[in-house]
Order: sequence, then C-alpha cells, then structure tokens
Amino acid sequence: MFETVIGLEVHVQLNTETKIFCSCPTSFAAEQNSNTCPTCLALPGALPVLNLEAVKKAMNFGYAVKAEVNKRSIFNRKSYFYPDSPMAYQISQFDIPIVGKGALTIDFDDGSSKEIGITRAHLEADAGKNIHDGNISKVDLNRSGTPLLEIVSNPDMRSADEAVRYLKKLHSIVRYLDISDANMQEGSFRCDVNISIRPKGQEEFGTRVEIKNINSFKFVSAAIAYEVQRQTEAYEDGVYKQEVYQETRLWDVAKNITKSMRSKEDSADYRYFPDPDLRPVLTTDDMMREAQHIPELPDEKVARYIDELGIKRYDALVITAYKELSCYFEETISHGVAPKIAVTWITSELLGRLNKAGLSIENSPVDSATLGDLLVRVSDDTISGKGAKEALDYMFENKDRDIDVIIEKLDLVQMSDDGTILAIIDEILASNKDKVEEYRAGKEKLFGFFVGQTMKASRGSANPSKVNMLLKQRLS
Amino acid sequence: MITLKEALSKTPQEISEIRDQIMATAKANDLNAYIGFETADDGIPILMKDNIQVKDWSVTSGSKILQGYIAPYNATVVEKMQEKGFVPFGRANMDEFAMGSTTESSYYGITKNPHDTSRVPGGSSGGSAAAVAAGLAIAALGSDTGGSVRQPAAYCGVVGFKPTYGRVSRYGLAAYASSLDQIGTITQTVEDAAILYDAIKGHDPKDSTSAEFEIEDIANNLDIDRTLTIAVIDNYISEADDDIQKAYAFAVEKLKEAGHTIIHKEMTNTKYDIATYYIVATAEAATNLARFDGIRYGRQAENVKNLQELYFKSRSEGFGEEVKRRILLGNFVLSSGYYDAYYLKAQKVRHLIQDEFNVIFDEADMILSPVAPSVAPKIGTSSDPLEMYKSDMYTIAINLAGLPALSLPIMKNDDGMPIGLQLIGKAFNDKVVFDAAASLERAVKYKSN
Repeated sequence: MFETVIGLEVHVQLNTETKIFCSCPTSFAAEQNSNTCPTCLALPGALPVLNLEAVKKAMNFGYAVKAEVNKRSIFNRKSYFYPDSPMAYQISQFDIPIVGKGALTIDFDDGSSKEIGITRAHLEADAGKNIHDGNISKVDLNRSGTPLLEIVSNPDMRSADEAVRYLKKLHSIVRYLDISDANMQEGSFRCDVNISIRPKGQEEFGTRVEIKNINSFKFVSAAIAYEVQRQTEAYEDGVYKQEVYQETRLWDVAKNITKSMRSKEDSADYRYFPDPDLRPVLTTDDMMREAQHIPELPDEKVARYIDELGIKRYDALVITAYKELSCYFEETISHGVAPKIAVTWITSELLGRLNKAGLSIENSPVDSATLGDLLVRVSDDTISGKGAKEALDYMFENKDRDIDVIIEKLDLVQMSDDGTILAIIDEILASNKDKVEEYRAGKEKLFGFFVGQTMKASRGSANPSKVNMLLKQRLS
Repeated sequence: MITLKEALSKTPQEISEIRDQIMATAKANDLNAYIGFETADDGIPILMKDNIQVKDWSVTSGSKILQGYIAPYNATVVEKMQEKGFVPFGRANMDEFAMGSTTESSYYGITKNPHDTSRVPGGSSGGSAAAVAAGLAIAALGSDTGGSVRQPAAYCGVVGFKPTYGRVSRYGLAAYASSLDQIGTITQTVEDAAILYDAIKGHDPKDSTSAEFEIEDIANNLDIDRTLTIAVIDNYISEADDDIQKAYAFAVEKLKEAGHTIIHKEMTNTKYDIATYYIVATAEAATNLARFDGIRYGRQAENVKNLQELYFKSRSEGFGEEVKRRILLGNFVLSSGYYDAYYLKAQKVRHLIQDEFNVIFDEADMILSPVAPSVAPKIGTSSDPLEMYKSDMYTIAINLAGLPALSLPIMKNDDGMPIGLQLIGKAFNDKVVFDAAASLERAVKYKSN
C-alpha cells in the first residue's frame, strides 16, 4: 500500500492599489500595456521602490497563520529570460522571506481536524502575459509587477481531499483578511502541487513531481488522482525510477492527464542574489501593529457559531467557508431572525436557488436584509414556510423587494385566526361524517386526510400547525 | 571656455550665444567627444553622458543594442538641474554601458584625448572629460562605477567628482552595477564641481538606495582655508609610474605648505580590490543588462526563427566584446556551485575594504591617492582586459566603500600629459572633500595650457 505526500505552493495576488515596485495601478483589465511605467517596463535607468502596503498584507497573512514574521527580509533577483518578464529577472524573496513557519487547521466532515504546516510565505512581483496570435506573439505588461505572496506548505497532506481542504481554508483566510480577491479563474489565486508516493511505513519521501498552475479546486483533485495513479502504477510495474523523476508537469484540462513540461536537468539556474536596488525590508513597529489587526477568521467563527448561536458544526463550517456567506448570514440574523432558521434558509433554500441560477452569494438577487424581512414574517406566522419559498421564487424572477407588497400580491397571508380555521374544520367534518366515525374507531391515519382537506379549503392559507392543533381538539 | 561659475552671471541672451558657439565648435571638432547634439530647454548647457536619461532623446549607453531607443522620461538629476537653470545639452561618448577605462568600446568609435590625440581620454566617461578639457563644454555629467568620472578627468586634466553613494539619485542612470554606480560631475574647477553637485544632489524617493538626510549647499560654503589631516598610503604609491609619484610628492609638499597635516598609512594590496570589484560589478551588471533582450525596445535582430534565436542574435549582435565578457563573468560568479566561492566571498571582502577605510578615517579627514598608475595610455594599447582592469586599482575601492572622492589635475608630465590625484573623504563628508580639493587646487596652480 502506498501513501501520497503532497505539498502546495500557492501564489496569491495581493489586492494593493498599486504594483509592488512602482506606482502603476494593479487593475490589468485596462487596455494592454496601459498600466505601465519605466519601472515595470524595465526601461534603462528605472528603479524599483517597494510598496509597503504589499509588505503589510504579507505580514497580516503571517500573523493570521501564527507564523514568524521576519523583521528583516531580503529581495533577490531571480534570473530567467522570458518575454513576459521585462527585466529578465523576477524580484523575489529567497533565503530570508517576510513570513516564516506557520500553520493552519483543516476540518473533516467527521468532526476531526488536522494541522498543516506552512513552511514560508514570500513576496514577489508577478510577470506580464504573453498573448499568442497566429505566428505573432505579443506581450501585455499590465500585470507585470503585481504583488504576489507565494505561500509554501509543508509536505503534510496525504490525499487530494486534504489538499483541497487546505486550499479552501487558505482561500477563505486570504479572503477574510481582504488581502486578495483570490479568484482562481482570473489567476489571482494559483496553485502548484508537489506530489510523491511512498510505500506505507517508509520514512523517506519518494520522488517529487511538481504540477503547475492548476486553476480550480476540482482540477487540483483530478490532477492529484491522476498523478497518484501514474506513480503507483510505475512503482507496481517496477519502472518507478524510469518514469517518476523530478520534473514539472502541467494539468491538461482537455485530456484529464498531467504531462511533462520540463525535467530537472534542463531546469534553470536562477542565479539568485540580493537585489542591489532595494535595501533589506525592515518592518517597523507601526507596520507590525497595523498588520496584527486580524479580523475574526473561520476557525473562530465556527467556534462562536456553535457556542453562542447553537448552530451545528457542519452548518457552521459551510457558512464560514466563504467570507461573503458568513457576512450574509450575520447580516440576516442581525434583522432578528433566529440563527438556526437563518442557517436552514440560507444553506438549503437560498444557496439551492443561487446554484440553479448560476449565481454566487455576492450577486444574490435577494440581499440579506430582504431575506431577513421575509423570515421575520415566517416567524411571526404572517406567512407559512411554503409562502416564503414562493416569495423567494418570485424575487428570483422579479425586481420588487417590498416583502409586504409581495405577500399581498402573491396572497401569502396565512390564516391564523382560530375562529376562521375552526369554521372550515367544522364544515369539513360535517361533510365527512363517515370518515370521522372511522377515525374515532381507530383509523388514525385519516388525520392526514382531514388536514389536507382543511388546507385545501383554505386554499393553502391556513397555518398548518394551527390546523393540526385545532383538528386534534375537535376530533378528540 | 567660461566656467560654470561665470556662466551663472550671464544674461539669458549671452548664454544663448554661448550655447550656439559651443554647438558650432563641438560639431566642427574631431575628438568624437560628442555623439549627439540634442538640446533641451534654454539654460546653461551641461553635456550629458549617454547613459543619463533625457526625455525624448536617443539615449544609448554607447551601445548598438540601444540604437533606436528614445527615452520617454527624465533622470532625476535632469529634473533637479533644470530647476537650477542647467539644461541637458548634447550626448557624450562613453565606453559601452560604462564598462571600460578608455572609451574605446563605444559603438560610436573612440574618443581622443585633447592633450594628445594619439591617446585615450580614459573612461568610461571619456567623452564628458575630453569635451570639458577641450573647451567643448562648460561642464558635464558622467557616471562613476569604478573610477569612470575620476580617471578620465585625471587623463584629461579636469576636475572629476564622485559623490558618496546615495547622495545623487540613480533614477534614470542606465545601470551598470547598482551598488557602485554614482552620477558625478566633470568640470573645469573645484568650485564648478560644487555648483553642479549642489544642483543634482539630494534624496529621491524613486531611488531606494538614495540617502534620506539633506545636506547644506557646498559651493557657497567652501572653506578653502581649513586645515585637515590627510593620509597618504605609502604602499599604494610605489605601484605607480615615476611621473605619477613625482606629482604625488609635489602635491604632498603643497598640502603641507598649505598647513595640512600629513600622516602615513598602509592599506592591503589593491589586488583584492580588483578581484572584489570585478565580481560584484559583473554580477550586478549581468542582471542589469538582461533587460536588453530585443523584445520591447532598442535593436531587435532580424530574420529569427524562434524566441531563443531572437534572444541570442539580438544580444550577440547588440553587445560589444567587453560587455559580453562582463555578462559572462557575472553569470558565472552567480551560478549555483560558485556563488559562495565568488559572489559571497566578494561581499565579505567588500566589508573588509570598508572597514579598512574606516580605520584610516579614525585618524585622517582625507586620503590622498593617485587616480591611475600612469597618464593616459596610447589608443589601442589596452587590449588585454586584465591589464585594463589593473589600471582601475586606485579608484575601485572607493566605489566598493561608497566614499566621496574628487580627482584634481596636479601637473603635467614631460610629454605634456596631465596627472590627476584624488582626495577621498569619509562617507557623507562630501563637503570636506571639496574644502580640501579647493585648497589643493589653489596650492598646485595647475594650468591646462
């Protein structure tokens, strides 16, 4: 039997206003090469000046994962030629990064959890983009110089499931810290996977293969599964040494396989050395104070939701996995909705509808205030749960958001007046005397029939719990 | 040629006439000191070394690879000097990317020494020094990475000043070796050097290595009569030619007469300076020059089949021999397996060199030293790179330690070639260097003609 060993390198684009070494804006949706200057175009004579906001965001991350934050760190030049790298060296941190050893915790569905070590996190400048157009290649340097935080984990993960849980946790932490948009599709959260296998019980690691630039959690999982199988088969077939060697592979989305990109032998010698244009980064007390402001992070939220709001652990994990979702939840309960009710409605009714519509919580057509209003009407018995679902459906299709107007328009007001309901019940019982006899003689399942008839007669508007209660009274 | 000091008292009309006159003379002259006659706004014209960025000028670092490149921005020194009424005027020839001691490696051909046209003007700021010496410029800017301002000034009989590292912004100076480069002045007099330095010095937020504290103006506060303790490095002088030693002895006498105290010191063999310099400088240069890849600007090789060939051909065709040699050397000393033995060790030795200066400066205000072991050599005689590197022996330690130093003409040898010596000060004591230099200038009464 084999054990899989996984370590992850995640490149997180920091959401600073300006680039890491010049004052160009970081929004690269602009016209190609418009957000550039002598520094990020690497013109002769231009010099880098470190953006301290990027340093603070990196420190903020460091403190959030309880890492050592180095008071003095160094930027190096990492040399390689590529058209999207205008200086032909990347300014990156090498032997002394801003963030040292830390850790984060991943949670499993069975209630257990595991700590994953973080080796380091360092700052660097992102490259531009090459655009291939027939036999012409173009370079867009808008992205060149965008600050990146590269977060390197220990080889602590043992399965694709653990790797994805780690990534999701990391993703959620940087979103809660608001240091990155962390959008995988847009490349602001990019992942490289280091993976090897070893026979169970063996101390020594197997040969590590790197899979580069995978842009979704699903692909991470698939790439790991593929690679584990490839390496295991090579081992079992006795060709492990020939087929598994230190190399960089790419995930081929179309074929669902990893394929070789370059092997260690032709890997570059980056010739790192300290960048003489930049002094060592010295973190000041002010920067540390600022960077130590950590908002409530998922782990703490989960604990609070369970202890103070009485929510189940599983639900708390679901709600806190996305910053926007927990924000939505907290806003909803601030409108006077009981936490448990809010959880149920958000996780099943709202998310279900959003999924179906291909929307996410950030662009939900029903905002938390409106959902709050709606659920308050359920709690005070103005409308039934069924009515609220109808109202939700209505709002996914229509623009008006005045809950009371909608309730009236859809005729959702619930009949809760005992006298009115009793009048209906009496009528039903009178016209079904034979069934009442049968019921009283012991055929108890006829109770459902009476409920159904009553509801039908009220055209669904009767409060079901009241109907139940009053029917029981009359039939006893 | 009028001095910069004199130019300051001229009317705009008179300055305009002088500019026209300089333009005409420079264009007619065949020293090849100028490689371009661009002008900016009206003002007192200052000749620019071809590696200092002036907006809308072709600025090429004397290289083929930057042919066609037009700078879209001004160096900080250009912005600063314009505020004082000094304007960029013409481009001075230089060794390609400031790598050389003779100005023979320029894409634009060699520059001749005005004192003897069969000799080099020195380098790499050879065009700047030759022009000022020949009366083709009032003053010029150069850059000094290992002596590139001081040595050509000495060879051409003019004043060359290299400020303390961090005193003058490097923003807009095409980098050779970032931790050593410093823009400097080439002028007719010490006072002119102070005037021009005052105009360009000061903190620049665009240069992270720029020193943050401000300093007083020097030109108006020169203290020519102050007496100082000046160290002479006995074991250095013995390595220089006889005529240099003679000039050195003469200067020491004159300094004593002027009331300065001379003390005698020894320093470690200069061979360590040379080894250290050529590791640090080339390592930095290899990366600084990597951006010249033919992709975004400058000269791009034609008829290439793929990306790799584009790189190979653009760089092989665009760079000269000396530049290639230094890029290769720099990449070698940084490569894995050699980094510790070369680059890291050089960094350690660099600290030792700095410490050694500090020990001398515990007792002395200033060090007097030769600039070069000989007068300007004949054109074509510096073909052995190692021999050429050795000729930097007196100047490079100053860059490694980041110190201010001023090269001042002392006398001429029997062939009529100027001999310059340098005064080296403590870091950030640039003012004291000017005080001592003004005193020595007055004492030696050097006549350029």
